[in-house]
Amino acid sequence: MPEILKELLGTVHGFGEGLFGPMLWIVVWTVIKIVILLAPVLFMVTYITLAERKIIGFMQVRYGPNRVGFWGILQPLADAAKLLFKELLLPEKADRTIFFLAPALTLVPALIAWAVIPFAPGLVLSDINIGILYILAVSSMGVYGIIMAGWGSNTRFSFLGGLRSAAQMVSYEVSMGFTLIPVVLLSGSLNLTDVVNAQKGMWFVIPLLPMFVIYFISVVAETNRSPFDLPEAEAELVAGFITEYSAMSSGLFFMGEYANMILVSFMGSILFLGGWLPPIALLDFVPGIVWLVMKASFLLFVFLWIRATFPRYRYDQLMRLGWKVFLPISLLWIFVTALGVLMFGKA
Amino acid sequence: MGLNFKELADTYALRELASGMAVTLRHMFKPHITIQYPEERTPLSPRFRGEHALRLDEKGQERCVACKLCEATCPAQAIYIEIDPATTAEQRRTRVYSIDETKCIFCGFCQEACPVDAIVLGPNFEFHGYTREDLYYDKARLLANGERWKAAIDANLAADAKYR
Repeated sequence: MPEILKELLGTVHGFGEGLFGPMLWIVVWTVIKIVILLAPVLFMVTYITLAERKIIGFMQVRYGPNRVGFWGILQPLADAAKLLFKELLLPEKADRTIFFLAPALTLVPALIAWAVIPFAPGLVLSDINIGILYILAVSSMGVYGIIMAGWGSNTRFSFLGGLRSAAQMVSYEVSMGFTLIPVVLLSGSLNLTDVVNAQKGMWFVIPLLPMFVIYFISVVAETNRSPFDLPEAEAELVAGFITEYSAMSSGLFFMGEYANMILVSFMGSILFLGGWLPPIALLDFVPGIVWLVMKASFLLFVFLWIRATFPRYRYDQLMRLGWKVFLPISLLWIFVTALGVLMFGKA
Repeated sequence: MGLNFKELADTYALRELASGMAVTLRHMFKPHITIQYPEERTPLSPRFRGEHALRLDEKGQERCVACKLCEATCPAQAIYIEIDPATTAEQRRTRVYSIDETKCIFCGFCQEACPVDAIVLGPNFEFHGYTREDLYYDKARLLANGERWKAAIDANLAADAKYR
């Protein structure tokens, strides 16, 4: 960190401690850091909606939104304004508490998981030594929001959507979890910063390519994205668990979905694509965070690309893929990786 | 049962998925085919059957001779005509000539039936109304349409004349 920045930070700390007192200042400073972290995330969430509509539009040889502002650049703001001013409806037979708790419970885990994502050496909100476990634990909480939405709405479409989503997310979390084990084996740490540092010699995507592919397909299923978007399946279930939601409560579900997409893209870049490390050492002068964002953006693009390409899976195919294909392959690869580590040592 | 190893390898290398994604990626860089409607328009045939118009002849007289053929042929019975009793048999004119655009199916039979090319379906398809009454066209409205779209209608009739 440059000296001038360190000095500036010292001044800020001194000023804050004078204003709030040392105890309260720690809390305030953390809140400031959280805001600095989450503001770009939420900005990305709003703008990935535009990116999605644009990219899928291009792939379907049309324009995508291009009326609101130049190149449709203000479209997400218009959408947000529309959602905020719409009426919030409550179904007569819905369970009030669960119904309104559910959208928050899908969005919040997707946001709090960002606490352990390292953007550059030292640039991480909380550098805990069980980062991977933390993210797994937090992101599996997202499924509760969807189940609660399905149950609380008290209608058949929502209920079926919630059930599907529960089964799907639980199944794919298993294979997703197993794909992370070889990474942990190779790096010898659950800390995400250490995982990135272990990739200095070679990105994990090279020895673990099948794992990376399985990880990516699993997280596509985890985030309920097409072609695994059976929980919302607008053709058969109207919109699945979102059927009864209106205005910003349905907007929160979408924000949660996109925040999760961005999160798993960053996770994928950190675990397999070398995080902030440049592809060749020569390009070291570019700041690490730029590399990380570029890699994550590419993965996000692949998310949208897949959505524009493939039709939706059938439900039994989805289950078969998760349990009978991904699970054995990932178990096999854990074995192979463990054997490799035993014979040649860690990365 | 024979295990086809090539097929198996293709499956696990996700070959078909990759080729599918290649197709979408190629399309991403193709020029868009969308017509941005209010600014860009698709070409219209000279035979396009849009909003109705009643034409005037060279001397500025109504062409319509109140023969009622259009009214008789109209399958939707959208046309209503009353003959002006004050006019003579040599110079027959209508007193009422109205078309209900909400009934009209734009088949163009009225134009085909007309012996004097008085009623035509013009090139305009961008007409609307806030109430049904706005779409009950009376004679004045139809004549005004004829004047408004005169150039386009004449050009279209001339372009189509050699095929008749």
